Amino acid sequence: MPVDERERLILYEQKVLPHLDAAYNLARWLAGNDHDAQDVAQEASLRAFKFFGNFRGENARAWFLTIVRNTFYTWLRKNRPPEKTVEIDDETLDIEDISANLEAPSPPFADADAVRRAIAELPVEFREIVVLREMEGFSYKEIADLSDVPIGTVMSRLARARKLLQKRLAAEFNPGDQR
Amino acid sequence: MNCQQAKPLIDPYADGELEAAAVLELEKHLQSCSACASAWRNLQRLQKTLKQDALYFTAPDELRRRIKSELPFPAEAVPLRHAWNWLTAVMSGAAACLALLLAVTLTRPSSEQPLAQEIVSSHIRSLMANHVMDVVSTDQHTVKPWFNGKLDFSPPVKNLAAQEFPLIGGRLDYIGGRGVAALIFQRHKHVINLFIWPAREKDSQPASLTPIQGYNIIHWCDAGTTFWAVSDLNEKELMEFVQDYGSH
Repeated sequence: MPVDERERLILYEQKVLPHLDAAYNLARWLAGNDHDAQDVAQEASLRAFKFFGNFRGENARAWFLTIVRNTFYTWLRKNRPPEKTVEIDDETLDIEDISANLEAPSPPFADADAVRRAIAELPVEFREIVVLREMEGFSYKEIADLSDVPIGTVMSRLARARKLLQKRLAAEFNPGDQR
Repeated sequence: MNCQQAKPLIDPYADGELEAAAVLELEKHLQSCSACASAWRNLQRLQKTLKQDALYFTAPDELRRRIKSELPFPAEAVPLRHAWNWLTAVMSGAAACLALLLAVTLTRPSSEQPLAQEIVSSHIRSLMANHVMDVVSTDQHTVKPWFNGKLDFSPPVKNLAAQEFPLIGGRLDYIGGRGVAALIFQRHKHVINLFIWPAREKDSQPASLTPIQGYNIIHWCDAGTTFWAVSDLNEKELMEFVQDYGSH
């Protein structure tokens, strides 16, 4: 193997592969199952290696996750009928704000399966933003760069995703109180 | 500020993305409006819920194997015979661990970056919102019991007045999806926030991180407790503080 190839591999192992958990986690939440998530994460990892020469930035995790995201959407177009994407249609998203009606303050919802179900039911853009913001802790700016949308869109998606989740979690945990 | 103005600010506030002036206004509103305060608490609850480790999928070993098998791995890691497969896999795993460990020790992993950023934001917010302290006392025997019942652990509280880092109070804060103790110390006009919570990480020596927005940050872990000191104090004096704290 030529020297520069080997160097690239070593750097890739040091800078990119440590974020494989983050890559798989994002792919897993987007794709919805382990099999597809592994395919997406594997392909993204190989693409990341291929394009690693172009990586100049500081934040390898954000860079890697951008590739995972793009790989996922390419894969999605090829493999699945269009998921009902939430075109920001304020009619359907006019979500009743129930948050203020809930009892406060409370411990986190601890039933992980129920929380997983609630997240899994979200439209794909909302799952994406929940992972990037709440699980990965990226800033609005980083998410905007990563998903190639304006910051305003990041903020409105995040607020809506949270409202939907709060609504679903409230329904899961207090079935009597809702609907 | 009224509710209509406050509502859209609650999300950015929770994410540490609200500008200073608006933070002040919003906090004033949250103190007087129970509906908005309740929305804020519910958002915190949701954030805590989503940060649970149980929701984070870690990469299966199978995926790691698949990726490694596709990459042009260094010749010495290529198995020559079947019997060597296992051993070489272990060896290259160990080498990768070592490399990672070195990288961690030398540069600090980027996984700490969001946390460090959160800590700096919290430090700044505590100064800007004029909300440095919930309990004002230079006596560790007042500050320590004050945390009882407010946290699920009891933070070690020390006064370093003799070392010219007087304790000036304590505060409850919220970092990385959990309630944490913040102790406030002072040197001259510089405020030091020391964030403390129980951690799953291994013990580590105090290490300076790359400063964020001009604030120095030192992190260490001792006996299952994680410590983050942040201040605009220069790095040398902040390290003195950390060492004095560790030795008393």
